[in-house]
Amino acid sequence: MNEMNDQEKPHMSDIDKTKIEKIIRDYMENDGNALTILQSVQETFGYLSFEVVEHLSEEIGIPLGKMYGIATFYAQFKFHQRGKYIIQICDGTACHVKGSMLLEEFITNELGIRPAETTTDKLFSLEKVSCFGCCAIAPVVFINKDVYGNLTPAKLRRILNKYRKMSIPMKKNRKVKKSKKVKKSKKVKKVKKVK
Amino acid sequence: MKKNMKEIIVCCSTGCNSLGGQEIHDELVKCIKEYNLDKTVKVKPTGCHGFCQTGPRLLINPEGVLYVYLKKTDVKKIIEQHLIGGKIVEELTYKDPVTKKIVQKRDDINFYKHQVSITTNHCGKINPEDIEDYLAVGGYESLKKVLKMKPEQVIKEIKTSRLRGKGGAGFPTGLKWSFLAQETNTPKYLICNGDEGDPGAFMDRTIMESDPQSVIEGMIIGAYATGATSGFVYVRAEKPLAASRIAKAIEQARKYGYLSDNILDSGLKFDIQVRKGAGAFVCGEETALMSSILGHRGSPRPRPPYPANSGLWGKPTNINNVKTWATIPKIIAMGAENYSKIGTKDSSGTAILCLSGNINNAGLIEIPMGTTIRRVVYDIGGGCPNGKKFKAIQIGGPSGGCIPEQYLDVKMIDTQIDFKSITTLGAIMGSGGLIVLDESTCLVDMARYFIKFTQNESCGKCVPCRIGTRKMLHILDKIVMGQGSYEDLDELESLAYTIKNASLCGLGQTSPNPVISTLKYFRDEYEAHIKGICPALVCKNLITYHISPEKCIGCGLCAKSCSVNAIKGELKKTFQIDTNLCIKCGLCFSSCNKNAIYKKTGGK
Ligand SMILES: Cc1cc2nc3c(=O)[nH]c(=O)nc-3n(C[C@H](O)[C@H](O)[C@H](O)COP(=O)(O)O)c2cc1C
Ligand code: SF4
Ligand code: SF4
Ligand code: FES
Ligand code: FES
Repeated sequence: MNEMNDQEKPHMSDIDKTKIEKIIRDYMENDGNALTILQSVQETFGYLSFEVVEHLSEEIGIPLGKMYGIATFYAQFKFHQRGKYIIQICDGTACHVKGSMLLEEFITNELGIRPAETTTDKLFSLEKVSCFGCCAIAPVVFINKDVYGNLTPAKLRRILNKYRKMSIPMKKNRKVKKSKKVKKSKKVKKVKKVK
Repeated sequence: MKKNMKEIIVCCSTGCNSLGGQEIHDELVKCIKEYNLDKTVKVKPTGCHGFCQTGPRLLINPEGVLYVYLKKTDVKKIIEQHLIGGKIVEELTYKDPVTKKIVQKRDDINFYKHQVSITTNHCGKINPEDIEDYLAVGGYESLKKVLKMKPEQVIKEIKTSRLRGKGGAGFPTGLKWSFLAQETNTPKYLICNGDEGDPGAFMDRTIMESDPQSVIEGMIIGAYATGATSGFVYVRAEKPLAASRIAKAIEQARKYGYLSDNILDSGLKFDIQVRKGAGAFVCGEETALMSSILGHRGSPRPRPPYPANSGLWGKPTNINNVKTWATIPKIIAMGAENYSKIGTKDSSGTAILCLSGNINNAGLIEIPMGTTIRRVVYDIGGGCPNGKKFKAIQIGGPSGGCIPEQYLDVKMIDTQIDFKSITTLGAIMGSGGLIVLDESTCLVDMARYFIKFTQNESCGKCVPCRIGTRKMLHILDKIVMGQGSYEDLDELESLAYTIKNASLCGLGQTSPNPVISTLKYFRDEYEAHIKGICPALVCKNLITYHISPEKCIGCGLCAKSCSVNAIKGELKKTFQIDTNLCIKCGLCFSSCNKNAIYKKTGGK
């Protein structure tokens, strides 16, 4: 364990110390427990990073094993850094009835990721969530804070393309995406040729 | 509201916010200032108005005119035409999807006409982030009334009201409170169960977002009646708005002295904390929930001991649902006798349901217990859209069942009867999710959906639930793929009853309900799947996509959308789908503007 810890140390220095101190302070002040600490870690860092959880476990004296036992029980916790755009598909009953399965399959086909996975370029993550409370516009997809309702696979494709375009100027050398793009534009051309 | 003043009520709850409700509110506030109307027009952000289908929306009082499906650009139009010009903006008012008539006033809309509001009477009327607004509608008057009574009298009053818990099981609330009151071991705790894990329901969240003070007042009354000194509201982290509004409300209640060491100088001491759940359906079960509050894995344990004997930290604890707590102050205010007169002989008061699925008017509704399913689906819900045929309703989420058309006139109640027994007495509603299913829903797929859900959510502690649901899922997978047999149906049935009888907690015990009820009422659909037919055209393995030559105009849109190049054809001529290449993704289906693509089942 100690050796591991040494390896992790350089990472720790990257992480904002004041944020960790705040989590510890909160824990001390409001009789917190392992669950509340893990929630603060995820809230602060977006996911449960091993370094931070281990550091906290040592500082506060809650065994690391217990912390991870709890973390794996609850769906809320994520163990990997998530993509720039988090696609959350509602898998609630109303959305299922209105075809959310097709949306999930579409994303898996299109982006090559299944729920709880992230594209290699860290652009998109896919997650399934139950009822967002907007069943009236089912099926619903959230992308970060934006909500899209009454979706069909065709509409979702247009939306995804919008996000892809938005991120292209920022990162020019994303090979994987590029090749996909090329393929696509070829296809589009093909149809045009028929014209 | 002062004379000559106008009040504009904008819904800023989750459903409407997701479509821009908050932005409409902000734009409205900005524009009212720009037009110098801020002396005569008051803008009020509120919680859910129930009819989320029509959001974002705003209501102008005193005239009661409702504007629906708003966009930011509509705000100026409403100000100029309605507020300044005095003319209703007809094109932004509500059009009834059934009668196709325009209905300008909220109270004339069919969706609202058949409802009664007791538990939700403040929802959509007050600003949930302002305790003053709650006080203005009589908030905390019930508490004052209660503090003049003896604790035993309060419990008696709740018993008289015949209120039953609204969390699904329908246990009489007064009786439950009396168990806690009898305990001599201290301290005692109260819990508000706001986990709401049913994946198709949002009543509890809506109440916490729209009227959080009622929940708090209810808990304080409960504390007085039972001798509890601290309380917890358990709400999922995935419902951030509900969590933050309830937290804010608690803070304000503390500031006003409703939560303190000596509440309103009565000597009553009570405080509430919020605990965030982390997304596990089983945590809605009371013993699992308590384990989660203590920071452990949310595993249920056998009862007894019941929470009233040994709950949080081994101390006496009482747990009630959000809706139950929110109803308490209303019962005190209207009188227990009056409350008990609403509803039926066995179930008093109202039911709060979340109506969605294939229905014209989706949203949150409150109806007297004993209302028939027909009234809910047709009079309030407006029936199925696009002229589709009604097939069934699914009630009670993953623990519930499907009720077919022949029971449309059955009453909805909350007594503890089984989902299997829809009798003349009625059908149990469970937690309150109500999903309308039409002919385009496959009930085998539906059953599989719920079993997959519970299989995922099984905490793994007991074998019948963990292994049994997996086996059921496996069989259902086979059936939806068209590889099932008649023996599978029998095995499914026997598994269902084993799991029901042998599981430790309610999750396992109720998990086969969706299968049991669909097997009972829709066995023909299962049998069709065995023959390779999915009558609703849902199950992927049993359908094929085709293009209708009559409707196709040869635009080629579908071919462009297909990622496997399964569609071939020449522009202006009929396109064709190569069913061998087709991966049935449905992209073309939703791309065609002419609805020329159709699905077929049975036969290759
Ligand atoms: C698997 C399972 C999930 C449950 N989920 C909830 C829930 O989300 N909300 C709730 O109030 N009760 C839920 N319950 C019921 C609770 O155990 C408990 O009966 C209820 O909170 C009591 O409140 P009431 O008497 O006001 O109905 C669930 C029960 C089971 C077995
Ligand atoms: S999109 Fe529709 S109309 Fe156009 S070619 Fe395809 S099937 Fe025909
Ligand atoms: S369903 Fe999908 S794969 Fe099949 S033809 Fe249509 S677009 Fe192509
Ligand atoms: S089921 Fe998807 S938002 Fe409710
Ligand atoms: S969220 Fe706005 S009406 Fe329900």
